[in-house]
Amino acid sequence: MTSLDKMPSAAAEDDGYVPSARRLEREAFKRGRTRKATAIAALSTLVTAVVLYLVIVNSPGWERTRETFFDPAFAKKALPDVLEGLWLNLRLLVVCGACVLVLGMLLAVARTLRGPAFFPLRALATAYTDFFRGLPLIINLLIVVFGVPALRLQGVTTDPVVLGGVALTLTYSAYVAEVFRAGIESVHPSQRAAARSLGLSHRKTLRYVVLPQAVRRVVPPLLNDLVSLQKDTGLVSIAGAVDAVYAAQIIASREFNYTPYIVAGLIFVALTIPMTRFTDWVTARMDRQRAQGGTV
Amino acid sequence: MTSTPVLRLESVRKTYRARHKETVVLRDVDLEVPAHTVTALIGASGSGKSTLLRCVNLLEEIDDGAIFLDGDDITDPRADADAVRRRIGVVFQSYNLFPHMSVLDNITLAPRRVHGVDRAEAEERARELLERLGLGGKAGEYPDRLSGGQQQRAAIVRALAVRPRLLLLDEITAALDPELVGEVLSVVRDLKEEGMTMVIATHEMGFAREVADQVCFLDAGVVLERGTSAEVFGAPQEARTQQFLKRIVEAGRL
Ligand SMILES: Nc1ncnc2c1ncn2[C@@H]1O[C@H](COP(=O)(O)OP(=O)(O)O)[C@@H](O)[C@H]1O
Ligand SMILES: [Mg+2]
Repeated sequence: MTSLDKMPSAAAEDDGYVPSARRLEREAFKRGRTRKATAIAALSTLVTAVVLYLVIVNSPGWERTRETFFDPAFAKKALPDVLEGLWLNLRLLVVCGACVLVLGMLLAVARTLRGPAFFPLRALATAYTDFFRGLPLIINLLIVVFGVPALRLQGVTTDPVVLGGVALTLTYSAYVAEVFRAGIESVHPSQRAAARSLGLSHRKTLRYVVLPQAVRRVVPPLLNDLVSLQKDTGLVSIAGAVDAVYAAQIIASREFNYTPYIVAGLIFVALTIPMTRFTDWVTARMDRQRAQGGTV
Repeated sequence: MTSTPVLRLESVRKTYRARHKETVVLRDVDLEVPAHTVTALIGASGSGKSTLLRCVNLLEEIDDGAIFLDGDDITDPRADADAVRRRIGVVFQSYNLFPHMSVLDNITLAPRRVHGVDRAEAEERARELLERLGLGGKAGEYPDRLSGGQQQRAAIVRALAVRPRLLLLDEITAALDPELVGEVLSVVRDLKEEGMTMVIATHEMGFAREVADQVCFLDAGVVLERGTSAEVFGAPQEARTQQFLKRIVEAGRL
């Protein structure tokens, strides 16, 4: 793929290198091949889109569906409320996401500790992940959001948003801990051996050799969990907090029109895509600097 | 012999680009490897020996020039790289065994999955080769549990198991103790006797001198000097070659 931008550059002048006719012919052929592939891809995408469009538009219930799901007037009306609700989702995502990453990492590291002295810590971390990964999120939320205030403890908040955030963090840190652990275990033992033989302690080995490799490998599944968290932040609405989805629901049930849901859904999708592209870009850039490369 | 050489390189140029800097790693490299001959690539570390072998196996795309295998231009974008690689065996400097497979599975993977040999036959040949390279007892072992020398020999067996037309060996004795070096080199000698065509990047000058029909001295990506081993080792023409060989002799390696 990259060979296409391999144009003779400034360095070519150093040794009087002039691209041969053979090279130019090959590059022309490859450009042609890319053009053809692009054209085929574009055409097949277009055909699929047109077919989908025709099937949907010509379906018997299309008129009615369009009114209830795709009504621009309702979309416009719902947008401000949905956006205001979204602000809650975003704050929850940032705060919970940060807590989840830290807690998940701590749990994963606790599980890698060796030696009998760390047995309680290891066991605790294992029990924690086992429990919260297995517990359905909605039940966790109900217990925390309604159970904790019922205890009427002094100085403990009853704010549903804070408690909801706590519940989300509990569940998601268990997921993320497992992701980190998988990453840590995927680092080849020879790396640990090399680091330890340089005199690095267990801790420094983790910090400077194992974790940097582990984290790099688990970025895509981590992102998966963060996106999933982003959507689950909406569940705090069970206690009455108004997030984007709940805001849409309020309007939808008042007006008997589902367009607000579509608006909220599209906004969530629109938020995820740049996040994914950004991490793809970052990891691809890291790979380019380090890898041996080659054609395979 | 006027028949087509097994391998021919014609003005091969290879550059690596990092950021905005372009490094020329191979420059105008010409090479001919006739059938049933051994070519040794010698030269300092970083002179481009591994890169040359990687280009021949199409693991790297060359910038300019062409590489011909049995007369076919394999660097043409229309060529089928997999079909080319099926005819070439490679032993990498760092072995590159698959750590999740036993030695036997490492060796029989390509014969079974690429060449369609049935399991019993593939395993029989694998065991025969392992026996010959002194790894008879290690068939079921996993690569990480073998010593460097054993991994190296397992990698050689893996390359040989598909009966390649051309064998590329990249510093295959670099990680071995002297005794094993002798063993591995005698395997290469046997292969030469059997008529295997080989290109060997090596620091074992004594071995290169003995086994190679042709010796190429690479310096900063250029084939500075080439000839029969008697010519290159006996009467090197270029100052750089003389200097290189002098250092080798001083280090007691020739
Ligand atoms: N993937 C790569 N990207 C950039 N430079 C590389 C890459 N691989 C090798 N090189 C450079 O190419 C040169 C030749 O390397 P190599 O062929 O491995 O040498 P040798 O095998 O003779 O020791 C070296 O200077 C090395 O730094
Ligand atoms: Mg090398």
